[in-house]
Amino acid sequence: MGVGRVLVVEQASQLAERVRHRAPWLSRESGSETWLTVVRAALQLGPVLVLGLLWLVLSLLSPVFFTQQNMTNLGVQAAIVAVLAIGQLVVIVTRGIDLSVGSTLALATVTGALAYDTALLSSGFGVIATMIATGAAVGLVNGVIFVKGRIPHAFIVTLATLYAARGLALVLSGGASKPGMPPAVQTAGGGFVGDIPVPVIIVAGLGVLASVFLTRTRWGRWIFATGGNPDAASRAGIPVGRVLISAYVISGIAAGVAGVMTAGRTDSGFPTAGDLAELDAIAAAIIGGASLFGGRGNVANAIVGALILATIRNGLNLLDVNPFWQLVVIGGVILVAVQLDVLRTRIEEKLRGRAAA
Amino acid sequence: MSDRNGRSAASSQPEPLLEARNVTKRFGAVRALDDVSLTLHGREVLALLGDNGAGKSTLIKIMSGVHQPDEGELLMDSAAIALRSPTDARAVGIETVYQDLGLFDNLSVAANFYAGRETVRPGWLGSFGFLRERSMSRHITELLDLLEVRVPHASAPVGLMSGGQRQGIAVARAAAFASRVVILDEPTAALGVREAGNVLDLVKRFAERDVAVILISHNLEHVTQVADRAVILRQGRKVGEVVPSPENHDLIVSRIVGGREGPAPGLATPAGSYTDSK
Repeated sequence: MGVGRVLVVEQASQLAERVRHRAPWLSRESGSETWLTVVRAALQLGPVLVLGLLWLVLSLLSPVFFTQQNMTNLGVQAAIVAVLAIGQLVVIVTRGIDLSVGSTLALATVTGALAYDTALLSSGFGVIATMIATGAAVGLVNGVIFVKGRIPHAFIVTLATLYAARGLALVLSGGASKPGMPPAVQTAGGGFVGDIPVPVIIVAGLGVLASVFLTRTRWGRWIFATGGNPDAASRAGIPVGRVLISAYVISGIAAGVAGVMTAGRTDSGFPTAGDLAELDAIAAAIIGGASLFGGRGNVANAIVGALILATIRNGLNLLDVNPFWQLVVIGGVILVAVQLDVLRTRIEEKLRGRAAA
Repeated sequence: MSDRNGRSAASSQPEPLLEARNVTKRFGAVRALDDVSLTLHGREVLALLGDNGAGKSTLIKIMSGVHQPDEGELLMDSAAIALRSPTDARAVGIETVYQDLGLFDNLSVAANFYAGRETVRPGWLGSFGFLRERSMSRHITELLDLLEVRVPHASAPVGLMSGGQRQGIAVARAAAFASRVVILDEPTAALGVREAGNVLDLVKRFAERDVAVILISHNLEHVTQVADRAVILRQGRKVGEVVPSPENHDLIVSRIVGGREGPAPGLATPAGSYTDSK
């Protein structure tokens, strides 16, 4: 009998060991660890939860909010910031920042308008290609100067191109907007497919593309590795310089696409467009959980960040809140988002402590 | 070819796997390494001992391709090799675990292992650089099992793991890719007793995999446990070579700190292994 009991106990403990091995989250010892894991997952899902909560509250407060027309508006308003935020996210993941995207967007609308006046490039394709190439070129300048010039932080380089690209846009356009865009561009900025605005479709398409690129390809992995630990990345043989340059080129391309959407919406080359858009893009990425420490963030959450910004503006407008207060609210949301980033770091330190124990 | 013939023709002394010959490295006016020579044989665990600033780190950085020697040369299988970058060193089968571990806290165990040498899918997906996540993670799981390194999950980010697990991952990563030599810089410095023991077990297992080890450590006890031989550096010079054992700790320490010049008279070393290089 005694032997039998021992055997049963032994089997039970073996089973427990197997469960612990296969499913560590089920074992009793890791109860508080489970709790921390849940909190961590909540932080990951945080932006989506915040957006859902905002939509719920606004639907209750305003009968207009959840109508199709308003949601369409909201989507279009968010689209340009969302595209910029996707590019910004890539740069932020590498520990950088791109302040030039608003100006790059404006420069792209102007070069697009000039292309439309040039016989060779006047097709819809030619104009769009010119705008995207303009964005890529500014990004390349940012990246090459930052990397080859061994500038300590991208902040200064992109601040310089923020001024330079804006100036160039004003010079090339003579300081006035140049009306007229080909139909393809107008569609990109203001068209519809069924009930869905084209800008929203562009954001979704770019979002999927960027997400697949960042999470499933080697270059995307290198972008995260470079942001996570640049020294280790270069010792691991990752071409850190080229990876960094590519991040700014991607951000520039995103600014070019945002330029196409802006030009389409306003039907013009618009040298003062996108003023302060870089700050919205950065805010969207940070609200979406990207970490300024680098190495963290995802595309979907950056887009959600852009939607949160647009929702706050749209909702406060509907509720007749003084627009000056909107700025205060957005400032508060950014602070909360950054605080959550710090909180997440601390939770992870705690998790590490448990793993060591 | 001639290498192999040479090796089989060699008499009692087998030809070294890796050799540094008269290596000198200067940083400005500082001579970090002064005419240092050292040999590493196959399946050997060689410890590098020395105080801070003795030149240990500079020497391993030369052997891992981070620095290039100002004078002298490196030889592998008796043929001169030039290591212009860490990539060159890895290409000839030398892997290095730096003191900072070189891990990516934001990436999974699998991503950490393959950082810089990810495998891509076959076919057109591969030409776009699409990763073979599943096969990479399967390999890792097998390898970690083999090396008895326990981690929560290959897909969990490394940043959430304990010091011992991280060290284990870094060493296992080197083990996975090193075909000839693994260089370990203070692999046990930040670890508790049990975790350090695990890492030392890993080090011993390198010989089974036919990989030689160069080990930097301040912990003489650990060195005695795993090292076949120890080279002592002081102020950029090689000041001795010894088979470490509990009996000659005092001698080693005095060599490291330079308290005594030349071999101590009457201090017998086991197997007469103490040789003075000066």
